[in-house]
Amino acid sequence: MPGPDQTLPAILPLGADALVVRFSLTPELAANAAAQVFAGEAAAGDTGGITEIVPSLASVMLRFDPERVTRAALSARLARLLQGRDWTRCALPAPSRRWVIPAAFGGAHGPQLEDAAAAAGISVKQALRELSETRLRVLAIGFAPGQPFLGLLPAHWDFARLSELTPQVPAGALVAAVRQIVLFANPSATGWRQVGRTTFRPFRPESAEPFPLRAGDEVVFEALDHTAFAALAARGGEAADIARLEHLA
Amino acid sequence: MNALEVLSAGLGVTVQDLGRPFHMASGLSRGGAADRMALHEAAALLGLKEVVAGLEMAGLGGRFRFAGRTRFALTGAPMRASLDGQALAWNASHAAEAGQVLEIGGAEAGIYGYLTPAGGIGGPELLGSRSAHLAVGIGGLVQTGARLEILPDPTPDHPSLKLAPDARFCGGTLRMTPGPQTGLFAPETLERFLATAFTRSPTGNRQGVRLDQQGAPFAAEITGQASEVIQAGDVQMTGAGVPYVLLAECQTTGGYARIGSVIPADLAHIAQAPPGASLRFEMLSLEEADRLWRPESGLVAALARRAEPLTRDPHDIADLLSYQLISGVVAGDEVD
Repeated sequence: MPGPDQTLPAILPLGADALVVRFSLTPELAANAAAQVFAGEAAAGDTGGITEIVPSLASVMLRFDPERVTRAALSARLARLLQGRDWTRCALPAPSRRWVIPAAFGGAHGPQLEDAAAAAGISVKQALRELSETRLRVLAIGFAPGQPFLGLLPAHWDFARLSELTPQVPAGALVAAVRQIVLFANPSATGWRQVGRTTFRPFRPESAEPFPLRAGDEVVFEALDHTAFAALAARGGEAADIARLEHLA
Repeated sequence: MNALEVLSAGLGVTVQDLGRPFHMASGLSRGGAADRMALHEAAALLGLKEVVAGLEMAGLGGRFRFAGRTRFALTGAPMRASLDGQALAWNASHAAEAGQVLEIGGAEAGIYGYLTPAGGIGGPELLGSRSAHLAVGIGGLVQTGARLEILPDPTPDHPSLKLAPDARFCGGTLRMTPGPQTGLFAPETLERFLATAFTRSPTGNRQGVRLDQQGAPFAAEITGQASEVIQAGDVQMTGAGVPYVLLAECQTTGGYARIGSVIPADLAHIAQAPPGASLRFEMLSLEEADRLWRPESGLVAALARRAEPLTRDPHDIADLLSYQLISGVVAGDEVD
């Protein structure tokens, strides 16, 4: 069985019909890039017997049909795909899509912004600037349908989650910890600090494309003043979600 | 259009089929019936080739009126059932005439009982499934007063059948395999886990079930890990050292380390274990688990080969009595 001192990347079993390729045990940008690149290469290569490819923050799950390929055979195939490349030096490929998502930061919409700025050791003004100017990437989708983990914020945002859970943040909440932002799809309890709010809906069950975001997408938040945000939010549901999708050359 | 009128419903009744596989990259877990075997048994009892959507009833059924003639199956956790007052065998298929009222009581063992009409429950599909996924807000609980569409029965003259189910309603030993994070646990923690007598906690739902034990909490292993994919069957150790077995509606990623994964064949045993049921874990090698693995695609046909005609032979009464523990009804008058 693999120990914590294992060589990475590692190919590990998961349940009856899946393998996990792990690039790092801890969240690191290079490992996230490696996971996204490897997921793409696995999908483009020999997919015989592979039924599902799921990139996470620093690993990729590959589900297979045991009637079509054995775990051992798929494992060997993945090992070949991993060979001959330094995965610790992987960079994310340039994004092909950019989302511009209106957001309100601080005040009632981001009650823990000041706290987050203090944890980052920066002024609220600088925190606001970094939240709206950083070009974030969708590092992974998970936890809830369509829900993105976005990152990375500048290094001083590398503060831990709170030990006490906030019982509930609303749908659309932007919460920060460990250089990342999560945009909550549903009202949720969280140990992350709520710094802002959007009207973006990461899960659109009524739509032909229920999951608008994809791993690798670029996301930029467009700061609205609280009056403008309130007017937008008052439209409710679909009508309030005016995020723009730009296709990049 | 045939329909099932819900005259009253327990608090945990949902429409379930086999869920929505292959959307984990979008953050959506498969969901579907907590006891997938029960829906396969229903299909076999109804003479169907494929699983159809039925009603999953957590702990308590309800009262249901059939708008038209309907064949239906009763599977999963045995519940007291009667049609217009006449006792019905569980783990069997039956036919109701238009207007007849099916009454389903509390679970006598296990948790999740299933009522499956032969055509399946209709209504809108999302991503190829009619399953309610309560954790993410897809669908919802079936409420008293609802009228659920029943799709046409492909073989309305199929005879009623019965089937002895695999025992899975009172806990027992769950077989597991090592997973991607098993090696992160100290050997003595894993050894203790496998030697521990657990009980199924009252805390549990379609997302997962908590396991209680008498000893100190388990060592909370690693912190600060990157979240990895998690799925039904995984045994997650929380930061407080409390194990949970994840079920159909679990999240798709998680940061808590997982000590192993319950094999698919035993997943219904944990989903159906009632609060207080005794549970232990046995670690299989991957090779042993692979030998036990069977594709779900062949399950309906395999179960159908085991189904027998539902007769009123006195020989059956003993079977029937075992499912009448609450009512004490001496059933020699069951209808099919």
